[in-house]
Amino acid sequence: MKLPIYMDYHATTPVDPRVVDAMLPYFTQHFGNSASRNHAFGWAAEEAVDTARQQVADLIGANPKEIIFTSGATESNNLAIKGVAEMYREKGNHIITCVTEHKAVIDTCKKLEKQGARVTYLPVQKDGRIDLDDLRNAITDKTILISIMTANNEIGVLQPIAEIGAIAKEKGILFHTDAVQAVGKVPVDVNALKVDLLSLSGHKMYGPKGVGALFVRRRNPRVLLAEQISGGGHERGMRSGTLNVPGIVGLGKAAAICQAEMATESQRLSKLRDKLNEKFHKSLDEIYINGSMEHRLPHNLNISFAYVEGESLLMGINDVAVSSGSACTSASLEPSYVLKALGAGDDLAHSSIRFGLGRWTTDEEVDYVVEKLTNVVRRLREMSPLYEMVKEGVDLTKMQWVTH
Amino acid sequence: MAYSDKVIDHYENPRNVGSLPKDDANVGTGLVGAPECGDVMKLQVMVNPVTGVIDDAKFKTFGCGSAIASSSLATEWLKGKTVEQALAIKNTDIVSELALPPVKIHCSVLAEDAIKAAIADYKSKQSQDKTSSVGAGASV
Repeated sequence: MKLPIYMDYHATTPVDPRVVDAMLPYFTQHFGNSASRNHAFGWAAEEAVDTARQQVADLIGANPKEIIFTSGATESNNLAIKGVAEMYREKGNHIITCVTEHKAVIDTCKKLEKQGARVTYLPVQKDGRIDLDDLRNAITDKTILISIMTANNEIGVLQPIAEIGAIAKEKGILFHTDAVQAVGKVPVDVNALKVDLLSLSGHKMYGPKGVGALFVRRRNPRVLLAEQISGGGHERGMRSGTLNVPGIVGLGKAAAICQAEMATESQRLSKLRDKLNEKFHKSLDEIYINGSMEHRLPHNLNISFAYVEGESLLMGINDVAVSSGSACTSASLEPSYVLKALGAGDDLAHSSIRFGLGRWTTDEEVDYVVEKLTNVVRRLREMSPLYEMVKEGVDLTKMQWVTH
Repeated sequence: MAYSDKVIDHYENPRNVGSLPKDDANVGTGLVGAPECGDVMKLQVMVNPVTGVIDDAKFKTFGCGSAIASSSLATEWLKGKTVEQALAIKNTDIVSELALPPVKIHCSVLAEDAIKAAIADYKSKQSQDKTSSVGAGASV
């Protein structure tokens, strides 16, 4: 077993060597501009892009003409939300999203609010999922877009996308989903789910960084977007800029591999994840799973180890790469807003660890991580005043804390 | 973020972890911070009633590595000091000893607060015979 162990596959994934092999010829040999229509270099590039477009479309049950290549999911989310807000502003100015969305969605919505849009941020229930009644109640005759993520990046919780899609369809409202964490990991079909816009990213599915895509429905309804990057009119005028051919080839290959291996891989990972979870529960008391276990990505686990702080936990397992919702590990010095939204209390957010398993996670690594982390949790609890007080029977919630 | 060698050393080999009998008249307890802020320190001193010197100091901390290191260092410094000398320990001393980066300065502030709270608790016990152990920090 090689150290350090990578168990942070929600942050990013390594590029699959098969993807690298597919990309390499497009840097030096077939380096053409896919928009060069009059020579062989351009044709080779265009053909490669067409193949990749088909591969990405196949993975999500779309038509290749509905795939717009972008620089990644942040751009896809921006294009979808800002593009709809601008294009449909005659129709309305109200957007519905959710408090646990990625910042690429939330901050995009906040920017639109400054420009006059009205945004509803739906709360989530304890399990991390939105309440469909809240969604129905939030809809007005000015609502033009619902944007709800397929799977959350911290807690791996799957939102009821098919149900949301049905509601959006019934009301004639466009439905966008940020599916970055789900595509390639669990089945996603844009028609079955009645999704109109879907964001995905290369580097979350063993493809390269700097490339992503936005699915834009062409029929029932035909979705129009105001371009956010102007120029040569590439990608059906929705996203100008010379195509990143090697990146797109890599994204296509990554999509094809995911499609071929998803069924077996998701089973393998959910077994490993369940093992990780069970072993923690056997060896430690007072640990809490954040978010629904039933509606969850197969490779995600997010646990709060009560009475120990996340960053100090990470410090004790420096040969294991995971992440924490603790304030100390975030740039903002605030604990995870996703965990706070679950209503479990900030103290549990500070104690949380996210495990993201992936294509190269082994059984042996799971054993190592459990043993290592268990020892650190025990050691830190021995020096935790909170653990001591709880063991003495003190109710921490009834204490008068001196905040600072 | 990279930690200084001294922070790592205190994190891996914390000095004086543990608890002193909090109802003892010669023990002062400080409990500062809050769980929802991500750090809570409990710092205790045992003062020799004859000499006024801190004979023993213990801590328990819920917090990041720098918070653990700050409180561990504080207990090391407290031992052998008189109560008045202990009150002269400043958070900036801790910052420079542990080479804490700006985002971790609040850990040293908390450690200074814990020292002050522990000593205030000790002093209040000395002045009022029958009061319970309530310091400047939270009530235990």
